[in-house]
Amino acid sequence: MRLVATCLALFTLISAPARANDHVTNFTLDNGMEVIVIEDNRAPVVVQMVWYRAGSADEKPGASGVAHFLEHLLFKGTKTLAPGEFSQTVARNGGQDNAFTSYDFTAYFQRIAADRLELMMRMESDRMVNIQLDGEDILTERDVVIEERNQRVENDPSGLYREQKNAAMYLNHRYGVPVIGWQHEMTQLTLDDALEYYRTYYAPNNAILVVAGDVDPDEVHGLAKTYYGVIPPNPDLQPRERAQEPRQMAERRLVFRDARVAQPYVSRSYIAPERDSGAQEDAAALTLLAELLGDGPTSVLSQKLQFESNVAIFSTAWYTGMSLDDTSFTLVAVPADGVSLQEAEDAMDRAVAEFMEEGVDPEHLDRIKRQIYAAQIYARDDVGDLADEYGRALTQGLTVADVQAWPDILQAVTEDDIMAAARSVFNRDRSVTGWLTKPEVTQ
Amino acid sequence: MIRVVIAAFAVLLATLPARAESDIQSITTPGGINAWLVEEPSIPFVAIELLFRGGAAVDTPDKRGATTLMSGLLEEGAGDLDAREFAKARDTLAASIRFDVSSDSLSVSARFLTENRAESLALLRSALAEPRFDEDAIERVRAQVLSGLQSDLKDPQSIVGKSFNELLYGDHPYANNISGTIESVSALTRDDLIAAHRAAITRDRVYVSAVGDITKDELSTLLDTLLAGLPETGPALPDMAEVNLPGGVKVVEFETPQSVVRFAQPGLPRDHPDFFAAFILNHILGGGGFESRLMTEVREKRGLTYSIYSYLSIADYSKIWAGGTASANDRVAEAVQVIRDEWALLRDNGVTQQELDDAKTYLTGAYPLRFDGNGPIASIAVNMQYDAMPLDYIASRNDKVNAVTLEQINRVAAEMLDPEQLTFVVVGQPEGLDSTID
Repeated sequence: MRLVATCLALFTLISAPARANDHVTNFTLDNGMEVIVIEDNRAPVVVQMVWYRAGSADEKPGASGVAHFLEHLLFKGTKTLAPGEFSQTVARNGGQDNAFTSYDFTAYFQRIAADRLELMMRMESDRMVNIQLDGEDILTERDVVIEERNQRVENDPSGLYREQKNAAMYLNHRYGVPVIGWQHEMTQLTLDDALEYYRTYYAPNNAILVVAGDVDPDEVHGLAKTYYGVIPPNPDLQPRERAQEPRQMAERRLVFRDARVAQPYVSRSYIAPERDSGAQEDAAALTLLAELLGDGPTSVLSQKLQFESNVAIFSTAWYTGMSLDDTSFTLVAVPADGVSLQEAEDAMDRAVAEFMEEGVDPEHLDRIKRQIYAAQIYARDDVGDLADEYGRALTQGLTVADVQAWPDILQAVTEDDIMAAARSVFNRDRSVTGWLTKPEVTQ
Repeated sequence: MIRVVIAAFAVLLATLPARAESDIQSITTPGGINAWLVEEPSIPFVAIELLFRGGAAVDTPDKRGATTLMSGLLEEGAGDLDAREFAKARDTLAASIRFDVSSDSLSVSARFLTENRAESLALLRSALAEPRFDEDAIERVRAQVLSGLQSDLKDPQSIVGKSFNELLYGDHPYANNISGTIESVSALTRDDLIAAHRAAITRDRVYVSAVGDITKDELSTLLDTLLAGLPETGPALPDMAEVNLPGGVKVVEFETPQSVVRFAQPGLPRDHPDFFAAFILNHILGGGGFESRLMTEVREKRGLTYSIYSYLSIADYSKIWAGGTASANDRVAEAVQVIRDEWALLRDNGVTQQELDDAKTYLTGAYPLRFDGNGPIASIAVNMQYDAMPLDYIASRNDKVNAVTLEQINRVAAEMLDPEQLTFVVVGQPEGLDSTID
C-alpha cells in the first residue's frame, strides 16, 4: 500500500494527534498575544513559531494568493534588517528558518540552538510590524510564487483537479479558492495588496507564539514580554467572521481530463463539521469513521475494494477536523486495470452502503484506539510536531484545553456515535464527486 | 505552501551534542551482531534501525524491480498470518514498521512500545525471516507498483530522473528505476521474489542502531532473536559506475508548462582529502538555504524558480556533484545559463573569507540540532556505521570543517568545478534551449 500512497501524495492520512500535557505551559501577554511553551530537554534545540490568525481564506476577493505572497515578502527586510538578512542571520547562527501559509493561518519558524532564542525573538517581533518593501523586490518575488504555482499545480494534473474540485465544494466560502492563488489573480498582485493584508492582520493580538524545546517557561515568558509584549495591539482588528456556506442542496459532479494523467481515480467529498471549541465530539466520531473506512489494509474500503474484490488498487478516506469553518470528508478509489471510473465509484458507494448496514466492527475500533493511544507516546519524540499541532489548533478556533482533551474525546467515541456521524455526513446533496482521467480519444 | 523546498541532500552527517555523543555505546551481541545504542528511557518506546547493504542495485538485469516488489510484500503476510491478520496484529500492538528500498540498501525503521516490545519484535522477525509471498498478495502489490510505473511515464519529475540516470549510467544498475519497468515487473514470479528476499536480507550486510527505552542486554537478546537464521551472505555487489558526463544539454520533449532540470558533474568520495573543502564549497554554491549563490542568483535576484539546489552525492557506486531546479518553459534557458555562469565564476574567483566563515558557522552550529529525538539519532547512528565512520568521528567532525582554509577551498574550486563538463537534462518544452546530447 505504501508504494501507491507514495505515488499519490495527496492521500495523506490523518495522523492521530498526541500530546504531553505535563510539558506544556501557556499564558497571554498584556497586548493579547498568546504564548505556548513546550519543554523537551533531551537536546539543546529550540523551535520558535509565530502563527497569525490569518490565511488565504481571510483575503479580500480578487486578490487571491496575497496571504502567501506576503509570507514570502516577510523575508525581504525591515527598517533595521536588509533584504535576506533575516535568514542569513539565522544561518550564521547554525539555524534554519522557513514559513508556510494555509487557509486559516500563516506561520513563521526557526529551529536553532536553544541559547539563540532571544535573537530569534528580536527579529521575529521586528518583522511583525516593521517590514519595508520596494517595488522591485515585489516583482521578482511575484515571479517566484508564480514558479511555485507552476511547480505545485500547473505541472501536476492532480493539483489542478483538486483546485477545480475544491471550487465546486464550497459555494460561498473562501476555502474554494486555492491558497497559492488563482493564476490570473496572483500575476496582478501589488505592493498595496500585500501591505493592506499586513496592516490588517499582523499584530500581537492576532498572533500566537509557540516555543518548543530546551527552554524554561519563565525565561520564555520574560523574553516574550521584552520583545513581543511591547508591540501595541491593533485596536481595529475585527472579529474573524468570514462568508459561510449556505445550505447545500444539489449534488455536484465534475470530470477533469488531462493528457498527463496515467492513473485515473474518483474522489467524493462531503461537506462536514469541523472541531469546535468545547464541542469536538462530532468531529471525533468523523475522525474515527475515516480511520475505519480508509486507513490501512484492514479498513472497510480496502477490504471490500482490494481484498474481497479486485476493483481498486488503492482506496482511502480522510477527514480534516482541524479547520476554522466547515470542512470535508473524502472518499477515494483508484480503479484497477480494466475497471472504469463508474464501476469504481459504484463499488465505493456499495462498500459504504454495506458498512451502513453492517455497522462498526468493535475489534477494529479497539485497534484504532490502541494506535491513538500509542501515537501520544511516539509524538513526544518530536516537539516540533507538537508545536505545529498547537499552532494549528489555536489559529483554527480551538484552545489549549481542547487540544489536551482531544485524545480522551477520541477514546470515548462509541460505535453508535460513529454510525450517527456517518448518517449525518453521507448526504449526496452536500457533496462533490470528481473524476480525474485522460482525454477521450476521438477517431 | 512552504516557502522553499528544503533540499534534504546534506551528505555529511551532523554531529551529536556532547551529551548524546558520550551516550552512544557500541555493542556486539553474543550472536555476533554489532550495533550502536543510546539508552534514553524518558519515553516508553524504542526506535530501531536496520540497514542492509545491497538494495535494488543487486537486481539482476532480467529481474529489475524484484527487490522493491519483495519489500512491498514483507508486511503482506508472514509466518502463520496472512496479509489481513498481519495488519491486525501490527495495529493491535500499535507498532510502527517501515521498509524502504533504495539503489544501495534496504532499510527497516521500527518503533516499539515498551509495554509490548517482545510481541512486536516477534512480528517484525516474522516479516523479515518468514514472508509468505502469497499469490493474491503478490498480484495486489504488483498492480500498485505497475500503476506507479505508468504514472512515472507522464510525470516530468520522474521523466527527468529516468533520463538523467540513463544518460549518466548506461549499463550500470544505477541507470534503472529501482521499481523496475512495466515489462520486468509484469514478468516477476514468486520464485523471483523468494530469491530477492534471500539476496537482500543477510547477516553480513546489516547495520543496526537502537535509541530509546531499552538496555544493552535487552537489545542484545532482541537482535540475536531478530536476526537468527537469516542467510549469512548475499550476492556480489555492483562495480563502481563509469559516469558519463559529456557536458551540454539533453532536452526531453514533454508537454507541460514548467521545464524540470537536473544537472551534474563529477564528484568525490567521502574519504578524499578535499572532501570537507568540497562539502563547504557546495554549501556556498547551492547546498544552503536561502543564502546559497544559486538561490541568490536564480531565485532571489531573477525570480526564475521556486526551488534550486546542489549536492554532493556519495552513493556506493558513483560520486557526482549534482543539482536541480524547475522554471517556466520560456525562462528555463536563462536559468540554465545563470547556473553555468555561477559554476564558472566560482571556479575562477573562488569564495570570499566571509562566505567561508559564514558556511562554517552554519555547518558547525547546525550539526548538533539534528540529534533531537530517538528516531533521528537512530537513523544517523545506523548511517554512520554503514559509511564506516568511527564513533569518534562525531567529536572531530566540526574540527574538520573548521580546518578548511580559504586557500584550500579555492584551490578545490579551481580544480573541481567544470562548467564544460556540467551536464543538463531538461524535461518540458524549453524555448531557446537545444539538445547537444543525443
